[in-house]
Parts: sequence; structure tokens; C-alpha cells
Amino acid sequence: MASTTANADATPVNTDGVEGEDGVRRRDFINIAAVSAAGVGGLVTLLPLVSQMAPSKDVLAESTTELDISSLEAGQSIKAVFRKQPVFVRHLTQAEIDAANAVDISSLRDPETLEERTKAGHHNLLLVMGVCTHLGCVPLGAAEGENKGEFGGYFCPCHGSHYDTAARIRKGPAPANLVVPDYEFTSDTTIVIG
Amino acid sequence: MSFPWAKEYTPKHPVMRFFDEKLPLPRFVYNAVGAGYPVPRNLSYFWNFGVLAGFFLMLQIVTGVVLAMHYAANTEVAFGTVEHIMRDVNWGWLMRYTHANGASFFFVVVYIHIFRGLFYASYKPPREMIWLLGVTIFLLMMATAFMGYVLPWGQMSFWGAQVITGLFEAIPVVGPPLKTWLLGGFAPDNAALNRFFSLHFLLPFVILGAVILHIWALHIPGSSNPTGVEVKSESDTLPFHPYYTAKDGFGLGVALLVFFTFVFFLPNALGHPDNYIEANPLSTPAHIVPEWYFYPFYAILRAFTFDFILPAKLWGVLAMFSAILVWFFLPWLDKSPVRSGHYRPLFRKFFWFGLIPVMAVLFYCGGAPAEEPYVMISQIATAYYFLHFLVILPIVSSIERPDPLPFSITEAVLGSDDEAAAGDAAPTAA
Repeated sequence: MASTTANADATPVNTDGVEGEDGVRRRDFINIAAVSAAGVGGLVTLLPLVSQMAPSKDVLAESTTELDISSLEAGQSIKAVFRKQPVFVRHLTQAEIDAANAVDISSLRDPETLEERTKAGHHNLLLVMGVCTHLGCVPLGAAEGENKGEFGGYFCPCHGSHYDTAARIRKGPAPANLVVPDYEFTSDTTIVIG
Repeated sequence: MSFPWAKEYTPKHPVMRFFDEKLPLPRFVYNAVGAGYPVPRNLSYFWNFGVLAGFFLMLQIVTGVVLAMHYAANTEVAFGTVEHIMRDVNWGWLMRYTHANGASFFFVVVYIHIFRGLFYASYKPPREMIWLLGVTIFLLMMATAFMGYVLPWGQMSFWGAQVITGLFEAIPVVGPPLKTWLLGGFAPDNAALNRFFSLHFLLPFVILGAVILHIWALHIPGSSNPTGVEVKSESDTLPFHPYYTAKDGFGLGVALLVFFTFVFFLPNALGHPDNYIEANPLSTPAHIVPEWYFYPFYAILRAFTFDFILPAKLWGVLAMFSAILVWFFLPWLDKSPVRSGHYRPLFRKFFWFGLIPVMAVLFYCGGAPAEEPYVMISQIATAYYFLHFLVILPIVSSIERPDPLPFSITEAVLGSDDEAAAGDAAPTAA
């Protein structure tokens, strides 16, 4: 707009600047049209400049992980990698399932039942991202001998978030339960994440 | 530093007045590329190419920063990351083709800019410093372009690095250890690739700094013009904005049309297919040439095939660098009191029928294989090139009788200054 005003100031009236019936000069119209076209073109160039920073095709191509859980015994966990982030798969013991089901759901910060967090027919198999929902550290508890926290699930050592046996947040700064990614059983012993 | 009739920046809005008091950046812009910078009214489209060169520098910096986000300077993966940019990165192909063709167009634009300076003798007083800085920018551009071409680590990258660093070997005594030091090894390898990447990222910002000095120096006397007659009065000038912002904007639009025709339809037309083969230190491509913008200087390098007091190799290197260094002395080699080639009949003949054809011949020979008759043609053309600057130009500029100059820019444009008076009264009063 500034350019239009300056143009009007600096331009002596001549044949190019003849006013139309409504007082609009042809030069003003051409000026606004040209600057608008250039402006839109300039804005469009932002698209590739912004988009190039989004995940590239090879990164997106890594978006599924296949897991074989045939050798996973009750009480054992495995760590896998999905999208360069850890995934915890725990074969829950009956005691752990009972502990999770005994909790009053309404008392939870992020209310969810163990049933909702596992797949039908495989409620003893808990698969969650090993990424604390507070600020992204990897919680302890998946490997043998690690601190499982006050509720026997996972414990994040960075800022002290305690997760229970269903990997629900129970104590500490984390806002939500450990995330259950999209996954499915392709057979009784094979999981595909993503 | 501007003409006394330059319009003063007078902000009306309180926010702009606040700014003007604390940080007069809007005032600076107004006086540099706004209505506060009077410019000769008769500039032709040849005067667009400075702005275009600035545009392509910025384009190279923006696309280059993007490419650096996805590229890895390691001989194991460099070639692969370039293909990764082409295939996997969102819009990576556009970024790389824009950057690669942007380098070529930067040189096209700068060559036309230099051509303008040579024909209109823009290098003459009081604009010597602008010219010296310009030649410096050109040298920096050559170094930057060369190192950028090494980064994809293709066959031409590798052998280009080998040949160009080999030039330094020609220097007596310190040459061979100097080459080893430059490469950080005995042949181009990881150390060289890494430092070339580092410097290729750094130098554009050095160029940007030199460009700022170039423009600063320009804004002291202001632009020259096709008549070469200095600005005498207000009727000789127009405010930069809107007159030259519009003219430069139009020129930029045309340049972008041509440029993106290459980017979208002929992206590899200016490159070499061999650079899509990964670097192989054990096999030199049969026909090795630099990028097209180095052809004339490459022809001069290869023109020296005989030892004469000094070894042929050293002569070639000296001649190649001297071909550009001689430009530094132009303001003092050209003794004519008249600038523009339009008013210098003899100079004009030697320019159009001497220098320009010889440059064209050198350009052609630089891309041709190193065999006869190209070697002999390069030798003759090289001899004439130096003869033009060192002998013909000083003599011609001393003996020629220039055509009569117009009294002023206004007279050259309108026929007489009186005719200008009526039309110019309006803006003066405003």
C-alpha cells in the first residue's frame, strides 16, 4: 500500500495517469495488480521452504515396526524401536493385571482402564511408547533390576514421574499416561506397530 | 552523500517517528532504495543487473542454507545425501535445481553487469572503488562456486578439486606443500570436502559484506548512466522509488521467467552428466572441463604449452589469474576523459570487434577438448586479450577523438534542457 501512495505523490499527472470516471487511475490499478501478483508469488515460495523441514520420505518410510513376541514370558518385557523412539512391550503377570484393575478410575489423572489400553484377547500384553509424557525421557522399569517406581510400572528418573502396571501416570509432573501407539496383531505372536 | 535535491524522509506516523529517532532504519532504506535516492533518469535495462545479482546472491544463500540442512560433508555419504535431497526431502529437487542453476544465472547476471561496466567505462573516476570491490566480489564468487561444485562428490567434483588445487602446485618452492596443506592430504578426500563445505557456507556471507561495501561506495557518487555525463541538476534524475523499483521489478520478472524455465524444464542443461557418477580417485573422466562460467579462464590456463624462462604450468596459472587481476588496473589503463562507449568511436570498434569476439572464442575453446586447433586458437585469443587491456586500451584512449557529448542527461533524453523544465516543475513543487 505504501508504494501506491508514494507513486501518487511522485507522479506528475500525464496521459498515463488519466483518471477514470470513478477517480481511479489506470496506473494505480496496474500497480496494485502487479504488486499483488508478486506478493502472492512470494508467499507461495514459502511453501517449499517450510515444507522441506518436515520429515522426508525416507523418514516416513520407517514408520512401521514388526515385533515377534513368541518368546515373551509373563513378567518379562522387551524394548523395541518405533520411529527412532523406544517401545516397551510387557507381558503382565496376573498380579500386575489385578493391581491395575483394582484402581478407582475416577482417581486417575488420565482415566483409562487396562482393557482400553490393550487389545482384545491380549489384555495381558501392554505395549506403550517408552517416552515419558512429561518432557520425553525414557522411563525405567522395562529391563530387569530397574526402578519400577512406587506403583510397580515405570519410573522416569528425569523429573520423577511414576507410572503404574498399566503405564498410567499416578504421581509426578507427567500430564498423561504413556502413549499406546497404533498397532495390531497380525498373528498371535506378531505385532506390527504403526 | 546524495544530491542536494534528494527528498528528505519525513515520517508522519508517531510509530515511524519513534523508530526514526531510535533506529533510523526506515530512513536508511528511504535514502538507499526509496524516493530519497535520486538516480539518473536515462538508465537502460543494462542497469538492472546489479539488482539482479543481489537477488541471485540472496537466492543462493536461502537455497544453500536449506540444502545444508540435508547434506552431509563426508566422502562416505556426500553423494548419497545429494540423491537423498533429490528423492526424499520435501521439495529437495526444487531446492537443489534452484541452487545449481542459480549459480549459473548468478554468473550470467554478473557477466552482463561487468560487460556494462566495461562498455560504459563505469570504472572511471569517481567510481574506481566500486569497480575494485566488484572485481573482488567476482573473485570471491569464483572461489565459492568452485568449492560448491566439489560438494556433491561426483566425478567432476573430485577431478575439479584435483585440477584447481593442482594450480597451486605451479607456484615455485612452496607450491607442492601448499597444495597438500590446502587439501589436508595428498589428493582430495574427506578433509578437503569438509573444509570446502565450511568455506562454501562462509564465503557467501563474505560476498554479502563486500556487496554492502560495493553499494555503499556506489551511493556516494550515485549511478553512472548510458551517456557517461554526470548528473548536473534535478531534471537529470528521478527518485529511485517508484521509477527504478518498478523498472527493476519488471526486469526481475523477466529474469525469473528465464531462470525458472531452466529450473523446471532444463535443470541439467548447464551441468555435466559425469557429476552423477560418484567420485572415483582412480579414474579421470575422458573430457574434463569446469562449469561453463569458467571456460574463458580455463582456455587461458591451457593456452600455455611451452616453457619460456618459467615452466609452462606456471605461465598458465599466472595468465589465468592475471586475466582477472588486470581488471583491477582498468581505471588507470583507460585514460579517456569520456566514459561511455557511445561517444568513443575507436574504443567502440576495438570493444565490439576485438574484446567481445576474443572473449567468445576463449569461451568456446575453454569448453573444447585440449587439442588442435583449439590450443593454438586459445593462444592467439589469450595474446589478444592481454593486448587489449595492456596496450590497445591505453593507446586508443589517449589518441582517439571522442564524439561530442550532450550537455546534460536531460538534453540527451529530451533534446534540450528547456523541454524538461515544464515537466519537472510538478515533482519539484510536490
